[in-house]
Amino acid sequence: MAVVMDGDRMGKTLTRIAHEIVERNRGVEELALVGIRSRGVPLARRLARSIKEISGHDVPTGALDITLYRDDLMRHAVGAQPVVKSTDIPFSIDDRRILLVDDVLYTGRTIRAALDALIEFGRPRLIQLVVLVDRGHRELPIKADYVGKNIPTSPSQSVQVRLAEIDGRDEVEVEG
Amino acid sequence: MARRLLRGGHVVDPVNGRNGVFDVLVENGRIARVGRDLPRDAADDVVDIPSGLLVCPGLIDMHVHLREPGQEHKETVATGAAAAAAGGFTAVACMPNTSPVNDNAGVTAYILQKAAAANLVRVYPIGAVSRGQQGEQLADIAELKQAGCVAVTDDGRPVATALLMRRALEYTRMFEMPVIEHCEEQTLKTDGVAHEGFQAATLGLRGIPGEAESIMALRDISLAELTGGTVHIAHMSARQTLDAVRYGKGRGARVTCEVTPHHFVLTDEMLAAPVAYDTNVKMNPPLRETADRDAMLQGIADGSVDVIATDHAPHHYDEKQVEFDHAPFGITGLETAVSLCFDRLVHPGVVTVSRLIELLSVNPARVLRVPGGSLSEGAPADVSILAPDLAVTVSAAQMRSKSKNTPFDGWRLRGGVAATIVGGRIVYKNPEFEDFRI
Amino acid sequence: MKKDLLGIADLSSDEIYRVLDTAVAMREIGERPIKKVPTLRGKTVVNLFYEPSTRTRTSFEIAEKRLSADTLNIAVAASSVLKGETLADTAMNIEAMAPDMIVLRHASSGACHLLARICRSKIINAGDGMHEHPTQALLDAFTIRQHKRRIDGLKVAIIGDLLHSRVLRSNVLLLTKLGADVWVSGPPTLVPPGIERLGVRVTTSVDEAVADADVIMMLRIQQERMQGAFFPSLREYYNVFGLTEERVGRARGDVIIMHPGPMNRGVEIASEVADGPYSVILEQVANGVAVRMAVLYLLAGEVEAD
Repeated sequence: MAVVMDGDRMGKTLTRIAHEIVERNRGVEELALVGIRSRGVPLARRLARSIKEISGHDVPTGALDITLYRDDLMRHAVGAQPVVKSTDIPFSIDDRRILLVDDVLYTGRTIRAALDALIEFGRPRLIQLVVLVDRGHRELPIKADYVGKNIPTSPSQSVQVRLAEIDGRDEVEVEG
Repeated sequence: MARRLLRGGHVVDPVNGRNGVFDVLVENGRIARVGRDLPRDAADDVVDIPSGLLVCPGLIDMHVHLREPGQEHKETVATGAAAAAAGGFTAVACMPNTSPVNDNAGVTAYILQKAAAANLVRVYPIGAVSRGQQGEQLADIAELKQAGCVAVTDDGRPVATALLMRRALEYTRMFEMPVIEHCEEQTLKTDGVAHEGFQAATLGLRGIPGEAESIMALRDISLAELTGGTVHIAHMSARQTLDAVRYGKGRGARVTCEVTPHHFVLTDEMLAAPVAYDTNVKMNPPLRETADRDAMLQGIADGSVDVIATDHAPHHYDEKQVEFDHAPFGITGLETAVSLCFDRLVHPGVVTVSRLIELLSVNPARVLRVPGGSLSEGAPADVSILAPDLAVTVSAAQMRSKSKNTPFDGWRLRGGVAATIVGGRIVYKNPEFEDFRI
Repeated sequence: MKKDLLGIADLSSDEIYRVLDTAVAMREIGERPIKKVPTLRGKTVVNLFYEPSTRTRTSFEIAEKRLSADTLNIAVAASSVLKGETLADTAMNIEAMAPDMIVLRHASSGACHLLARICRSKIINAGDGMHEHPTQALLDAFTIRQHKRRIDGLKVAIIGDLLHSRVLRSNVLLLTKLGADVWVSGPPTLVPPGIERLGVRVTTSVDEAVADADVIMMLRIQQERMQGAFFPSLREYYNVFGLTEERVGRARGDVIIMHPGPMNRGVEIASEVADGPYSVILEQVANGVAVRMAVLYLLAGEVEAD
C-alpha cells in the first residue's frame, strides 16, 4: 500500500487543472461541471470554486448518478442491486460545454454510462472529461481531456481516492 | 376349512378384557379360539407374530368418501378399499354425497357390488337423510336400510331444518340407526374457507367461527333428547362443540361424536407455514386454533370423544392446484390415521393402546351396530396387526388412494400397520416386515 | 431482496428503507425531459390483472416503461375464468414465453403465493384478495416520509373497512415495522379478529383515533358490505365513521390525509376534506410510479443466494 498523492499535492493538482480548463476554453460562461457520483461530485465543486477564484465566474455544477445506465447490471450472479442515488442537474445542458468529472478513470465503462445518461438531459455543445487519476487499462475508446496524475497499475491493484467531504481526509492510495 | 394360528402376538381386545400375549385361532373366516399356548397342530398354518406387534380387532373408519358413483377421477370403491387395507382398516362406512347421491337402493347396491368386486375390506354404505341431500323431503330410509345402509346423513351439509332433523331422528328410531350430522350453521359459515381467527385474519381468508359448529350441535342434541333418536356428531373440531356434547351426554341424550386425526394434530397455523395458502390444509370443518386442538386431545383422553374417524376426502391434484378460495374442502386420511394415532396419542401418553382400539374399532362398531370391534370367539376374523414402533415416513406418492391431497407428506412418525386381515384373509401386508411370514 | 414481492410480511425494515431511498432517485427521472433510463431494457414484464384496475395497472405500466422494459397487459375478464382456464394454467402458459416478471392482481388471497411456487418468473403482488397490497403501503410510506421526514413515532390513524382491506394489512405491517404508533378504527363488524396482536390500537371511536394524529388514512367502503349486514346504511356510516372537517380539526395542525383510491365522496370522506389543504391523495398517485420503479429495479437483479 502506498500513498501516491497527499492532501497538499491534491490541492495543487486541482488548482492546476482549473487553470488548464480556463485556458483551453475561451470564455467560461458556457461551462458547466457535472460530477459523477460519488467522489466526482466534491471534486467538481472544488473545481468550480477554483474557477471562480481564477475567473470571477460562477460555473453551474451538477451531480450525476450513473447506476441505472451501467452495462453490468442484471449480470451479477449474487448480490443485491447496486444502490441508486439521485441525479441533480439544476440547469439546462443544451449548448453548454460540459466538464464531466470523476475521481478515477479505469476501464472507461463508467464514462460511457455517464455519456448515455447525459445525452438524455439535452444536447451539449461538447463534453470534456476531467479525472483526478488515470490508472490505465481502458476497455473502451475513452480518453480524458484533463488528468491530475497518471498512475500505471496492474489489474490486481486498486486505487482508492479519499476526499475530505466524504472520507475525512484527502489522499490517493494504491493497494496491492 | 383353512385354519390359521396367529401365535404369540400381543393381543389388545378391550371388549374381552384382554391385553397381553395370546394366541388367536382363525377358522373359516371366524375367530375360533383365543387363549394362551394353543397347540400348534390345531392349525394348518402357524404364523409367529414378531414381537412388538399388536393383534387387534379390525379397525373401522366410519367416515370415508369413496367418491363412486360419479367422481371416479378422485377415488373409486376399489382404490379406497385398497387404501383402507393399507391403513390397517378392515371396514369403512362410506358417505352418500356421490353423484348420484346415495338416497335409493340402486346406488347402495352399486356400491356394495363394487366393494364385493374389490374383495378387500368391508364397505358399509351410509344413506342420505333427504332426497338428493336437498334438505326438503326424507329419503326412503327404510329402503336404504334394507339395501344395506347402516346410518343416514346429509354430510357435506347439515340437515337443512330443525323440523327435518326432528323427523329424521324420530323415523330412524324404528331401525335404531344413528343420524350422522355435519354440524354447521350455514348463515354463519357464509363463504368462509378457514377458521375465523388471527391466522385467517392476517392471511385475508374469510372465516368460519367455531360457534357455527356448536350452534348446530346444540340444535341436534336438543332434538335427540326430544325425540329419543340417536345423533352422531361427525368430524367435531371446536371446543364449544365438545362442551355441547358433554352437556348432552350429561342429560342422557343419545349422542356420540367423532374427531379426525388432523383435528387433534394440526392447527390453523398450518395456513401460513410451512407452505402459505396450502390447499392441502383446506378442509371443512377447518383446522382451528390451538385451544380447540388441545380440547379435542382432552376429550379423547377423558372419554368424551367416542370415535376417531378420518373423513377421508380425496380430491384430484388439478382441483387442489388453484387459489385457496376456490379449492374443494378435504384431505385424505385412510393411510395416515394409524401412524398419527400412535405418534400423537399413544406414545405421548394421551391414551393407552386399549383406549385407542376403543376409539378405532369397538366404538365405531357399536355406533353403527355392525359386527366387529372385538376378537370374541365366533366373531368375523377381522384383525388389524399394528406396529406401534415402526418408523414411518409418510409418502403421498406411494399411497394407494388415487388422490394425494394430504398435508402430512414427508412427516416422520412412529407407528404403522404390519398386516390387515378381513374374514381370515390377508388383504394387506407391509413389505417392511420381511421376516413376518404371513 | 428475495425473488418475489408477495407482501410486506416478507420485507425487513432495511429492505423497506432501501425501496424508499431508491424511489427518491426514481422520482427525479419523472422530472426529466426524457423520462426514461435503459435499466430494464430487454426485460419483459407481464401485468396480469384478474381484477379491473386503471390506477394500479397504469402506474405499473408507466413505471415499467420508464425503465425501458417491454410490458404486456393481460386483463382477464371474469368470464374467461368461468370458461375454465385455471390461474395455474394461465401462469404456466405465460411462463412458457419466459417473462422476467409477472405483476399479479387477483381477487383471491394467496393467489400470488400459488404463482410464486409454480413460476420461475419474479412475482410482484399488485393486490391479492383481502391479503396484501405491498406497493400501495410502500408508496404510502414514501408519501409520509416526504412530508414528515420519518415514520417512527408518528401517530397514524387508519379508518374504514378493516376486515376486507388488503391496504390495511400491508400498511399495518409496514408502519409497525418502522415504529409508528398505529391506531385503527371502524365498525365492530369489520374488525379482523386478533388485530391487536399486530401491534395496533383498536377503537370504534374515530374521534379517539384521529386525536393528535400526524397521518390519517381512509379506506374505501364497498356497497356490498351492506348486503352482509356489516352496517346498516352509507348514511349512518358517514355519520359515525366519515372523515369530516370537524374530525380533521382534532388531528395535529400539520396532519396529512391519505386515501388509496378510488374515493367514495360523502361516504368515507367529505369532499371538502378530499380536496382540502391537508390532502395528499394525488401525490400518492404520483409517488406510486416512483415506488414501483424502485421495486422493479431492486427485484430485477439476479436472485440472492440464501
